[in-house]
Amino acid sequence: MMEIKDIIKPENLVYGKSNLLVDTISHYCPGCTHGVVHKLMAELIDEMGLQEKTVGVAPVGCAVFAYNYIEIDWQEAAHGRAPAVATGIVRLNPGKFVFTYQGDGDLASIGAAEILHACNRGENILVVFINNGIYGMTGGQMAPTSLENMVTSTTPFGRDSERNGYPMKMTELVAQLPGTSYVTRQSAQTAATVRKCKRALKKGIQNVLEKKGTSFVEVVSTCNSGWKMTPVQANKWMEENMFPYYPLGDLKDSKKGESVSKN
Amino acid sequence: MAKVRGAVVVAKEGCKGCGLCVEACPECVLSLNREVNSRGYHYSYMENPEACIGCANCGVVCPDTCIEIYRVRLQ
Repeated sequence: MMEIKDIIKPENLVYGKSNLLVDTISHYCPGCTHGVVHKLMAELIDEMGLQEKTVGVAPVGCAVFAYNYIEIDWQEAAHGRAPAVATGIVRLNPGKFVFTYQGDGDLASIGAAEILHACNRGENILVVFINNGIYGMTGGQMAPTSLENMVTSTTPFGRDSERNGYPMKMTELVAQLPGTSYVTRQSAQTAATVRKCKRALKKGIQNVLEKKGTSFVEVVSTCNSGWKMTPVQANKWMEENMFPYYPLGDLKDSKKGESVSKN
Repeated sequence: MAKVRGAVVVAKEGCKGCGLCVEACPECVLSLNREVNSRGYHYSYMENPEACIGCANCGVVCPDTCIEIYRVRLQ
């Protein structure tokens, strides 16, 4: 019978921490989807050998400290302005791979104009959009993407669409714009969906490297602290409530000979 | 008898006890420890190490990347 210590040897390692992830403990709450998506980005940048040519643009929100966790070049942007900053970086450095990493409060609310215009111009950037339907960092207030009847700290009786409007489907909006090449919605709550999400992010990176236009990857996420649930409950709640309104899958894929970018 | 054996190493201090790995494990290997780490979290550990097949599902879903997975193919 094989002993555990005989299995735990360097040559048998099949999965471990990516070299690009810094050895610090993140400030994210236990079970936060940000950690998973950070890990996927670090793994992909490492596997594709892009460390030296990647510039990430960090948002305002929980992911504001993203630059502390992945060892690549970063730029912190003003709230919601990550696509505008990324536009500047990629236009001055066309050889770089530039991505923005934004939450729903950052991208769908204060930064709604920036993202729509960056996508409409077809800037060669990857946008990673973390949608958990709430403002996590500031204490669980209603976001544009909060679901109808969702209880948040500013809508204690649930979001009323008469008063607060309807949940905003940013990915559907962006898919209408001719500048985008690859628009998809993913999630990262189980091993299978995390692996699928990684493939989507990889495709987004490849599209950017091939200068096909803007790639937009939404990751439907949880905010267990903001939703006042355990991480496992939050994943279930997301599957039951978020997925019917935010269905997963590719919305646009320009692979099939359709010319993209600025038309 | 399984043809593969696996083992996971959880970095005790990095674990925040979210329990996602416990949910993700198909063989019910992992569990949250009754003990806590220095930051007060019930860290994950191999409660049932014999059952591990090294599928890496726990590591893939871990938001804090504190799980390393080892796998050997039995002769």
